[in-house]
Amino acid sequence: MTELLEPRAIGRDTVRRDGEAKVRGTATYAIETPVQHPAYVHPVQATVPLGRITGIDTSAAEAIEGVVAVLTHENAERLASTDDREFAVLQSDEVAFRGQVVAVVVAETSELARQGADAVEVTYAEQPHDSALRVDHPDLYKPEKINPSFETDTAEGDVAAAMATAHVTVEETYSTAMYHNNPLEMHATTALWDPSAEVPLTLWDSTQGVHPDRAAVCEVFGLEQEQVRVICPFVGGGFGSKGTPHAHVFLATMAARAVPGRPVKLGLTRQQMFSLVGYRTPTIQRMQLAADRTGRLQAIAIDVVEQTSRIKEFAEQTGVPTRMMYASPNRRTTHRLAALDVPVPSWMRAPGECPGMFGPEVAMDELAERLGIDPVELRIRNEPERDPETGKPWSSRNLVQCLREGAERFGWADRPPAGHREGAWLVGTGVASSVYPTMRQATSTARIRYEDGRYVAEIGAADLGTGAWTVLPQIAADALDVDEGDVEVRIGDTRYPIASVAGGSSGTNTWGSALTVAAREFRTKFGRSPADGDEVSGDVDQASKDDAHAAYAFGAQFVEVRVNVDTGELRVPRLYGVFGAGRIINPRTARSQLLGGMTMGLSMALHENSVWDTRLGQVANHDLAEYHVTVNADVGDMQAHWLDEHDPYVNVMGSKGIGEIGITGTAAAVVNAVHRATGIRIRDLPVTLDKVLTALP
Amino acid sequence: MDADITLTVDGAQQRLTVDTRTTLLDALRERIGNTSPKKGCDHGQCGACTVLLDGDRALSCLALAVAHDGAEITTADGLAADGELHPVQQAFLERDAFQCGYCTPGQVCSAVGVLDEVRRGWPSHASQDLTADPELSHDEVAERMSGNLCRCGAYANIVPAVRQAGGVQA
Repeated sequence: MTELLEPRAIGRDTVRRDGEAKVRGTATYAIETPVQHPAYVHPVQATVPLGRITGIDTSAAEAIEGVVAVLTHENAERLASTDDREFAVLQSDEVAFRGQVVAVVVAETSELARQGADAVEVTYAEQPHDSALRVDHPDLYKPEKINPSFETDTAEGDVAAAMATAHVTVEETYSTAMYHNNPLEMHATTALWDPSAEVPLTLWDSTQGVHPDRAAVCEVFGLEQEQVRVICPFVGGGFGSKGTPHAHVFLATMAARAVPGRPVKLGLTRQQMFSLVGYRTPTIQRMQLAADRTGRLQAIAIDVVEQTSRIKEFAEQTGVPTRMMYASPNRRTTHRLAALDVPVPSWMRAPGECPGMFGPEVAMDELAERLGIDPVELRIRNEPERDPETGKPWSSRNLVQCLREGAERFGWADRPPAGHREGAWLVGTGVASSVYPTMRQATSTARIRYEDGRYVAEIGAADLGTGAWTVLPQIAADALDVDEGDVEVRIGDTRYPIASVAGGSSGTNTWGSALTVAAREFRTKFGRSPADGDEVSGDVDQASKDDAHAAYAFGAQFVEVRVNVDTGELRVPRLYGVFGAGRIINPRTARSQLLGGMTMGLSMALHENSVWDTRLGQVANHDLAEYHVTVNADVGDMQAHWLDEHDPYVNVMGSKGIGEIGITGTAAAVVNAVHRATGIRIRDLPVTLDKVLTALP
Repeated sequence: MDADITLTVDGAQQRLTVDTRTTLLDALRERIGNTSPKKGCDHGQCGACTVLLDGDRALSCLALAVAHDGAEITTADGLAADGELHPVQQAFLERDAFQCGYCTPGQVCSAVGVLDEVRRGWPSHASQDLTADPELSHDEVAERMSGNLCRCGAYANIVPAVRQAGGVQA
């Protein structure tokens, strides 16, 4: 058990420290870095889905005045490590997926770079490719582990026997689409290679972690950490796609090394991002639920089929939330992958939990319907006393309170009956649970220095809109027992001590922990009256890490859906979420994060769908006109609330992490509301009007 | 092919030479060095590049610089040229109507345009009566702001911010 920090700055509704720069547009993102006389880099992408390059003619490109260099696998430098085949750019004539980069053009202007890229002639020997995910794909295999290091399969008891004898069962297959993160800031890197400088390589990269970014670049190019500096004060959204570097970071570095002393800028286009910066795999989820007369689960099982790429494995942990969400004596989860000739999938907001809270939470609604039990009550009846997977007690679990408070705020008890009609609109309400694990990363260090009467804390953390610029000073202020205004926190630079990636909703938990350790050591060493320049570093506190409890944030989401009987048009006038996520560091930024997750969940429910063309092996709708995301007019009365939760086991702040939980469960709640309105059960996302319209009476 | 043009950007006159293929957005960002308008798609699909072009909101990625010789452009940065935030910017700050900040300058310019369009009585798809003076209702603002995507999902705060800046007590 940890004694929580006395909250003074923590819990305050502080305005974002980077807010003024952002509303003016003066916050500088990677491609915008002011550098002298930059050259521009434009990639050339493979136009076959599988095969070999038989020839590259760069002469026409090189003949364009203003083209500085054309790099291909024939003339690009050999990399020190090609173990990661996504990172090993321009190293061979192999094409592993359509859209893979086969050349880059470096030119005086962005227009000339693009013109040069168009002028590169590439010929291929195309091979038959396989890019279609099917539940019965003949090459499905069991990965050794699933992201990041979970067991692939789990089993307890006998699901089949329980299914055979239970009072009520649900056995259905659900699917989620392929999704692309699509942060508004397109992935970009500004790079400078200056061999005469003390630090020869500088990257201004849009990344969720400057230190992990640097580590990857060092490995691929065979450089020492001291030779590379990565800078990233602002990230224009990431949602996981900037959590690991992708091919363009290495291409930008390579281009910079081809023109020593001259900075280069590589900004991917929106279209290029659909094959080069990761995505969420489509998932197929076969669910089995068995329950007794009272609704108590006798069995819960999920068998997941999803895809990965042939050159690099990413196994989304879709079945993981089913392992811990509800009590049941018989349980099973499995994951099988098809390795296809497709771009490399990766992290997208709440990998595992986001798709993995779709099938199960719709199945629970189907079970409630078959039992004639209210879906809120059904969930409450299956509340486990301990973590069903590990047997550990919960650090805190307030799902039931979230459901009850949400139901109260939403007016669940007075909801209209199924199939309720108002004019041309059918009205329905739905509910689903949310969950996300509480994590703390093993590595992070903060340095605190007393400087000109203020406390300066430095850590290589990232703020991708999450609020780190604002909440880390609040934590540091309480840890130092000083006013928030007396603390300055600097982030986003490898010159500061190492920080973990902003992922897994672990940033604040991890960096905040390091800050509090550094603050404690600072006070121990220098007392309350430090001298100018006094400085100390502290590492994230492993000693206080509690492994005896299962730690998760929980939530409940309530949705009102309206479906037009003539057109099938779907509207969501109300979406309420209530969360138990530990102590909230800053209510203003926290509310935005929770609402943002719910908005992306609504987007997943109604819009998002990367339509895969299996003949060509590419996303057909690869831009923001056709890959639809939620827009302003799609959002009605959307509210995020939280419980006043005190958790003494998670960390010294008492915080659980809030970046991802908001997106979990939302799509299921929408689907459940559509069913209540129309009687139509949509099991394949997204819920588009064509699916509803053809089934309406 | 290059062309010499003059633009007035945030009150300052700029003479520049542009490739005739250069968009207004790239002229601002890559030639003049004003990166307040953002590039989120380069195809007029996301709204991040929105500026005020001769007073009206416009997508600068869909405009060729050479076609706007002599134009007056105001970016979000220019809205606060005297160091004081514009009421729309102040409302965005107070309502936390953004997270990563990348779509924000475009949202801000778009919102300034919306308030002006409503003042001039322009109807929208959400207007019940196309001849009446539109009100700054939730639906009117949400509809008019829907050309500006926010992937962080700040819409629930953007609408109250725009209404606040437009003088609606909420």
